[in-house]
Amino acid sequence: MRSLIDILDLSVEEIDKLIATANDIIANPDDYAEKCKRKKLATLFFEPSTRTRLSFEAAMIELGGSVIGFSAANNSSAAKGESVSDTAKTISCYADIIAMRHPKEGAPLVASRAASIPVINAGDGGHNHPTQTLADLLTIYREKCGFNNLTIGLCGDLKFGRTVHSLISAMSRYSGIKFVLISPEELKLPSYVKKDVLEKNDIQFEQTTDLEGAMPKLDILYMTRVQRERFFNEEDYLRLKDSYILEPNKLKNAKKDLCIMHPLPRVNEISVAIDDDPRACYFKQVLNGKYMRMALILMLLEEAAK
Amino acid sequence: MNIDSISNGFVIDHIKAGSGMKLYELLGLGELDCSVAIIKNVASKKMGKKDIIKIDADISVDLDVIGYVDPDATVNVIKNGELVRKVVIGLPEKLTDVIKCKNPRCITSVEQEIHHIFKLTDKEKKIYRCIYCETKAN
Repeated sequence: MRSLIDILDLSVEEIDKLIATANDIIANPDDYAEKCKRKKLATLFFEPSTRTRLSFEAAMIELGGSVIGFSAANNSSAAKGESVSDTAKTISCYADIIAMRHPKEGAPLVASRAASIPVINAGDGGHNHPTQTLADLLTIYREKCGFNNLTIGLCGDLKFGRTVHSLISAMSRYSGIKFVLISPEELKLPSYVKKDVLEKNDIQFEQTTDLEGAMPKLDILYMTRVQRERFFNEEDYLRLKDSYILEPNKLKNAKKDLCIMHPLPRVNEISVAIDDDPRACYFKQVLNGKYMRMALILMLLEEAAK
Repeated sequence: MNIDSISNGFVIDHIKAGSGMKLYELLGLGELDCSVAIIKNVASKKMGKKDIIKIDADISVDLDVIGYVDPDATVNVIKNGELVRKVVIGLPEKLTDVIKCKNPRCITSVEQEIHHIFKLTDKEKKIYRCIYCETKAN
């Protein structure tokens, strides 16, 4: 049974196909309104989420399907001690596809091995979040008309930011990509990502702490939040949380067609004054996430039916 | 130093000096009731020093465990006092329930029934990663 656990489970060709489907959904939404009629998506969210869960639910509803599920572990049998495998086997009896978020890394993989229906990883702790990457990819594709020859600035928490690691892995498969890694010393990209992804694929990159200095060369600026929940020490969090705040004056040397992205939620790393700038793409990213989830649900259900 | 030769069993030879005890523990040899000998720091022309383990019983041993601890070790299978087979192990692609993931955020840290599975991700550097959370094995 085909599932999506890691963004690298999808080939470049499959990502191209998903993007083509998502673009077709955007152009012709009525053609897809009944594609999942009588199909059920189970959203198994063992930890809270606003955006991702509602995005999956909206995606399934727009495909004409229905949604069942829970939005916190204490509303499920996990509170009684049920294993992830048993939950997945049980839900396989009720639904056609699962979207799972879990605080423990690898839980969706465990579920996919037990379930008889496709499982989509909707985030497993600080590990993977492939559908966020799909949202990012569709946004880049639509804003830049493709994936090649782009200079991508990644700014903020590059150490713990799972979306950053997945985006680097996904974009490293295209040609002419350069990364500018902008972070405080303490939140630099882990060396294993540099070695195993960037250096292994011969991808050009530079590391800096200077956002404004890097700005003129960027085609894409991907801002991230410094996540309180990833720190063991509150003092470190407080010291680093305001390292980068994007305000209008910092964009004065930016390209006219810069694409500003953020996986959201933001705290204060992008000033609301930027929201009306045509280069702000983070709410488009949210919408694109729904379309890519629609395309993904369709692809996995089609494969499951074979 | 003399250790009796065995009639039916295994000799795990060419173990890197110092790895014999780790192998003994991971193979669970302490739980066997047959004769088991660990010989440490044996002089070797090729290796300088090596460890050897002799197991005097016709049991099955997990070759993946041996390959993980020392891919250059060899297993000699003895039947009726004769060497009948010599196996060179190499690094196994996958390890199941040989080592445990130590990442407290991994699903294996809370669900006891899940098999601890590691995949070889870098043959040159002998790096294994947990298939669930991708944490490197120590």
